[in-house]
Amino acid sequence: MSEGGVLWQIAVGFASISLIAVGGGIAVLPEMNRLVVDVHGWMSDARFSQLFALAQAAPGPNVLVVGLIGWQVAGLAGMLVATLAMTVPSGLVAYGFSRMRKRLAGNARLRMVERGLVPIAVGLILSSGIILAQSAAQGAVSIVLAVASTLFVWRTERSPLWVLAIGAVTGALLL
Amino acid sequence: MVPDAAPRPTLAQLVLTYFRIGIVGFGGVNVWARRVLVEEKRWLSEQDYAEVLGLGQALPGPNALNVAIQLGERWHGALGAIFAPAALFSGPLAVLVLLGLAHDRWGEIALVKAVLAGTAAAAAGMVIGTALKIAQNLKPSAPVLAVGVAALLGAGVLRLPLPVIVLGLAPFGIAAAWWTDRRRAPAPDRGGPAR
Repeated sequence: MSEGGVLWQIAVGFASISLIAVGGGIAVLPEMNRLVVDVHGWMSDARFSQLFALAQAAPGPNVLVVGLIGWQVAGLAGMLVATLAMTVPSGLVAYGFSRMRKRLAGNARLRMVERGLVPIAVGLILSSGIILAQSAAQGAVSIVLAVASTLFVWRTERSPLWVLAIGAVTGALLL
Repeated sequence: MVPDAAPRPTLAQLVLTYFRIGIVGFGGVNVWARRVLVEEKRWLSEQDYAEVLGLGQALPGPNALNVAIQLGERWHGALGAIFAPAALFSGPLAVLVLLGLAHDRWGEIALVKAVLAGTAAAAAGMVIGTALKIAQNLKPSAPVLAVGVAALLGAGVLRLPLPVIVLGLAPFGIAAAWWTDRRRAPAPDRGGPAR
């Protein structure tokens, strides 16, 4: 596959994900995983969750994991193509919507549609976490880490930054 | 819906603020965007931000990006809609380039692998915990919960393509929301009270 071919695949793949990414970046993680691991075989499951962890360790929107995936597959050009493909198509929709918003605000049917999408979005986020955990939680230490971090984020109001830091330190000491 | 006497940021203020939100936005940007835009700068009311975020979630694409585009458009039209998200992404992307380079160079070292493995496990738990927290806060009715579980199984177990899940379940989700409204009469449970 030529480099241009790969970039094209990245652009098409992430642009389609961008337009169906209802519920945000994390909700489409299973779809990204399918595209990157199952369909194109660009990397392994384990590599995919490592990249996600790397992106989580950095500041910024969660969706930037696509930049790292692009980087992994086709270097700097891959990073830029993946990031633009993931942001521009949906961005145009958001822009158009924002301009129509005044007319639609308070429309009861629109509200109902929005609310109907909420459980789907939450279910997708949960499945993202489970898919990540399946490849990340290998062995007792990482299983305990994943469970503890689930409980911490779920039951407390503290910043999730703590879990990531504790995960990094625990990994350094015990893994 | 336009805030009554809220100060309107200049384009430069908007860009600088969004750059800062991106750079400090560890663990996802929405928490930080709310903190800075609503609490610190007071450019938006809590209610207003919740509505913009709600729309950002219903629209396709990354939430934080959709919020930046909507707010940029509101305050500075097309220019704002381009520059606010660009500012939000530019800092973190630069950090990621450095991280990617470092990873290519040192990624095979055992210690780095161990740190990443630990972070990956914690990050997976973080995503699960966030989903559980949202689900708990939304207090879903039984049909709404069933739609959520169906989405979970479709993506997590059956590994169906996302469009199949979203389009296939959307009618059920809308029906469940409608049913819930009829049952709970005037209690709007999410996205703020209807206007």
